[in-house]
Amino acid sequence: MSQAILERLKERYEDGVVETATERGDDCAVLKREILVDVCRFLKDDADFAMNLFVDVTAVDWLDRRTPRFDVVFQLKSITKRHRVTLKVRVDDGDDAWVPSVTGVWRGADWFERELWDMFGVRVDGHPNLRRILMWDGFEGHPLRKDYPVAGRQPLVPLRKSEVHVFENNPVDPFVVGLGVVREKSDGDA
Amino acid sequence: MGLNNGESSGAGLLEGSVMVTRLDEVTKPGGAQGIINWGRRWSIFQYPFVTACCGMEYMSWMCSHYDPGRFGAEAPRFSPRQADVMFVVGTISHKQAPVLKRVYDQMCEPKWVIAFGACASSGGFYDNYATVQGVDCIVPVDVYIPGCPPRPEAVLDAVMLLQEKIDREGPERWARREAASK
Ligand code: SF4
Repeated sequence: MSQAILERLKERYEDGVVETATERGDDCAVLKREILVDVCRFLKDDADFAMNLFVDVTAVDWLDRRTPRFDVVFQLKSITKRHRVTLKVRVDDGDDAWVPSVTGVWRGADWFERELWDMFGVRVDGHPNLRRILMWDGFEGHPLRKDYPVAGRQPLVPLRKSEVHVFENNPVDPFVVGLGVVREKSDGDA
Repeated sequence: MGLNNGESSGAGLLEGSVMVTRLDEVTKPGGAQGIINWGRRWSIFQYPFVTACCGMEYMSWMCSHYDPGRFGAEAPRFSPRQADVMFVVGTISHKQAPVLKRVYDQMCEPKWVIAFGACASSGGFYDNYATVQGVDCIVPVDVYIPGCPPRPEAVLDAVMLLQEKIDREGPERWARREAASK
């Protein structure tokens, strides 16, 4: 069914639709940022499409492989019509890393957009409360960006050094039985 | 159970659930340790710090089929001040680490920690920005239980091993602990 959505969008927004693709029944439209909110409102309000469920917004980071760097991906679904569509907006790094908020269309997009900001550092313009949602205040960087260091840890409490050794008189051979292993700490905890 | 009162404590014999000893054994310096340890190891009140899927196995272990009541460990305490052992069950994120540390600090001595499952012991397969690579990075751990999640039998084994550990403890533990906390 939903290929009709792509046709309709192309007809209605012409140049605003950069690209469309259909893969095994899943339809996707790449949009210009300017028309995103308008398209969303149209897809929600139009009786034929009735996209009444905002499923998710996330991003794909194409670091060093493509400019603009990010695809911001919106997943929409219609509960009543039982169809769905994917919308994408391409944004670049730095000042260009922003999308308009769709919280005005679906209130439920709020936390997803905060997650988008938190994980990818894509700002959401017009969001009522754009704070981190999963990581804590004071966390540096955005962990799902491809240039976030793989071993980048930002602990909130000082980490103990743990020097672990297997406790000598353990009557159970942990390697034979494979169950609980008792170990002692060298810091006086034994 | 093989958990009789070892010679080291010198405080007497354990016969069934009765401790037989002599008054002078108890009153000599350190003599009561065997009895104290005996009491402690059969009344392990746990604080369940349950965060993730291991919790399912924890619930299974806590119910009548595996019956931790056999080890005096059936009573969960949801106030850390009443708990002896903290069971860290599940994945601990860095965001949650201060909470875990605080709960641990609120527990009264003597206290022990069991790391339940791969995540609590080592971070499990979550080697990423969010996850603490084993709760021993935050609090000292006494027993580690492998498994994702562990079998309830493994948890019983861990409790028995903790009992043995408690049984070997003497007053020097507290001195060492105090030194370590400075
Ligand atoms: S060890 Fe496995 S079962 Fe337990 S919390 Fe981690 S992922 Fe879940």
